[in-house]
Amino acid sequence: MTAPLIELRHLGKSFGAVHALKDVSLTIGRGEIHCLAGENGSGKSTLIKVISGVNQPDRGEILIDGEKIENMSPRQAIARGVQVIYQDFSLFPNLSVAENLALSTELQAGKKLVSWRRVRQIAEEATRKLGVALELDALVETLPTAGKQLVAIARALMSDPRLLIMDEPTTALTGREVEALFRVVRDIQSRGIAVLFVSHKMREMLEISERITVIRSGEVVASGDIGDFDEARITRAMTGQELASEGYRWEGDPTAPALLDVQGLTVPGQLDDITFALKPGEIVGVSGLLGSGRTELALALFGMKRGYAGEIRLSGRPLRLDGVQAAIAEGIAYVPEDRLTEGLFLAATIDRNMLATSHDRLSRFGVMQNGQAARESEEMIREMAIATPTGNRPVTQLSGGNAQRVVIGRWLMNDPKLLILNGPTVGVDVGSKAGIHRKIRELARARGLGVLMISDDLPELVDNCNRILVLHRGRLVAELEAEATSEADLSTRLGALQ
Amino acid sequence: MSGLANALRRHPELMVAAVLVIAVLAIGTINPVFWQPSNLFSLLRASVITGILALAVLLVMLSGGIDVSFPAFAIAAMYLTVKAMIAWQFDGVLLPFLMASSIGLALGLVNAVFVHYLRMIPLIVTLGTGTAVRGFILGVVGTSQINIDQMPPLLIAFARGEFFSVTQADGSQAGLSSMVLVYAGLAIAVHLILRHTMLGRGIYALGGGEEAARRVGFNTRRITFVIYGLAGALAGFAGLLHGAMIWTANPRDMVGLELDVIAAVVLGGASIFGGRGTVIGTMLGVLTLVVITNSLIILGVDTTWQRVVVGAIVIAATAVTAWRDRKRIA
Repeated sequence: MTAPLIELRHLGKSFGAVHALKDVSLTIGRGEIHCLAGENGSGKSTLIKVISGVNQPDRGEILIDGEKIENMSPRQAIARGVQVIYQDFSLFPNLSVAENLALSTELQAGKKLVSWRRVRQIAEEATRKLGVALELDALVETLPTAGKQLVAIARALMSDPRLLIMDEPTTALTGREVEALFRVVRDIQSRGIAVLFVSHKMREMLEISERITVIRSGEVVASGDIGDFDEARITRAMTGQELASEGYRWEGDPTAPALLDVQGLTVPGQLDDITFALKPGEIVGVSGLLGSGRTELALALFGMKRGYAGEIRLSGRPLRLDGVQAAIAEGIAYVPEDRLTEGLFLAATIDRNMLATSHDRLSRFGVMQNGQAARESEEMIREMAIATPTGNRPVTQLSGGNAQRVVIGRWLMNDPKLLILNGPTVGVDVGSKAGIHRKIRELARARGLGVLMISDDLPELVDNCNRILVLHRGRLVAELEAEATSEADLSTRLGALQ
Repeated sequence: MSGLANALRRHPELMVAAVLVIAVLAIGTINPVFWQPSNLFSLLRASVITGILALAVLLVMLSGGIDVSFPAFAIAAMYLTVKAMIAWQFDGVLLPFLMASSIGLALGLVNAVFVHYLRMIPLIVTLGTGTAVRGFILGVVGTSQINIDQMPPLLIAFARGEFFSVTQADGSQAGLSSMVLVYAGLAIAVHLILRHTMLGRGIYALGGGEEAARRVGFNTRRITFVIYGLAGALAGFAGLLHGAMIWTANPRDMVGLELDVIAAVVLGGASIFGGRGTVIGTMLGVLTLVVITNSLIILGVDTTWQRVVVGAIVIAATAVTAWRDRKRIA
């Protein structure tokens, strides 16, 4: 029996007091597509760095072709055939595709002068190896993400690798592009090149890989043939908990007056005669394709569509929402889709972010009451279970899930009546996602908060809402009871709209 | 529309070439004196110093940095060299230029140390070194202007050289300064480095992404030192040449010149975000700036408006490059 391509035995790696890898053993065979699964912070990135020689392990050994390798440097790793395609691709946007493909080869060859004919030849050879045509003269920045990724793959293939590590390769790709990528990956595999696919997307792992290794907190928690795994098992292994997904049942009084009553809401060219109501404690989902008017609806309710027609009533009182200030004053809160650019002050601390909408309330004669502010922020950090020892840390240190809780928590400090969430768990990993969902349900139930949840993630809507509105081209085309709707129903319905 | 942006991305010099042609035609139509060889030659001569300094700025800007210290370095190299020549009673051409370039090189390397090892923002570093060097020259070396009576004669004679002359319609002779050839030679050298050496491609790569450049295998430290060193050497060279061409060594000269030079480079299509720009574009940018600002006089516009024009060019050129690069920023 020949030795496996690469074998990692009991690897351990610490950075100061943090044990990034505790005990990881992993074997990748020749030409195998292996999936490395784990949540953010599970040690995936460190493991990639160890395999590619960027970091040296503290304990354990690395064997390539059965031969033990001590103190492997990045150069040695490349010489042994290990190539990494980073999530950011590490390409030069300002240079042509041809030059991007040729630069590393030229540098490895120790060239001092550039022959543009050779650059061209190298680039042509690279596209031949990839088996996909690339426009060699285009500047890389003009390519779509999938195109850039192909350039990165072609470049990696130039050094005749035997193991290609792809870090979260599908994050920015559309469904069709993912399929095209998988074709390329299978083609690479058919040439005997092994691929280590690093991901946290279940469906893709199940589709592409032959074997899977799941790590959590720096340890291998499950591994084996992909046939032995399903989504539930991978999730369980990644998060270490059973994530219940029973639907949200609204137990409010059906005869109670509506909290939010929208009549004939129209924004020319964006929303067309939308009418719906929402009772206290209800979580109502909003679904629709991109451009259906979902986000516009949220913005209109948050006072950001000045010229709207129709009537919006909150607790029976008609409102004129002509600005964000007016919406906030009425108790409407909005958590935007892109929390990094729209929802957080990245340069500020967690506390400052938490208190961002409470300044007026916490000020007396224009002077901020610092003691009370600190107390309230601390309370909310505890209530939202944000993982930080103190609110005095930069908000950028938080993971995606925790950052999202800061944005939600901020609004809760002012006791809103209506909470509008746009993509509440985009970019958040499975474990924290469940935590956020739990929190939202709790808030709706305990505080009688009305929640409007906009999402692309169909299971998220089906599991957490009691009702789902479907928008299409600015019109409300369906209103579904979540209990009687499955993810597949919703998916078919949306598909039919296309 | 995006097709135009792409064309500008690929050929940054297109825009400036169009602007130059329009400017020349407009000025020449308003006042035909513009077409006289003596005027055209003097415009070319006037673009030599700005041009060499622009080559230095281009190198730094391509790597994603910016340099505002070069006028100070140029003046320091010029003043120190001329002072030394007078003190040692030395006259010549080659050695003094070597000395001025070396002074510039050394100062440029100081910039590189701050930028590379301390990871400081180039604008702040060069603001600091430029101000400090100027202060040092005025405070320690001297404040007095060295005039033609004291300037080394061989140096002056070198800068007065002409390689081409024509007889104009009125019978007078118009000559083209040989310094234009010096400028052209340096431009060709910088072009060859940028276009045909791995070092040059490394400068573009650095401007495209420092981390990516390192991962591909470029020695980013060496590249940074070469960029700032070369830029300093070019500035030192230009400083002495400037003194020789105006027959004066004035330690308070070239104040505010950084804006003109940066304007010319940006006008030439270089991106202030790095990674984009060409020597030919930069040369056209310099020529355009020189033509427009110098022609205000023959157009009968008060010279005080020159600064307004320079400011407007900076804003207009940056606006166009920002529009061209907007996708990248977003």
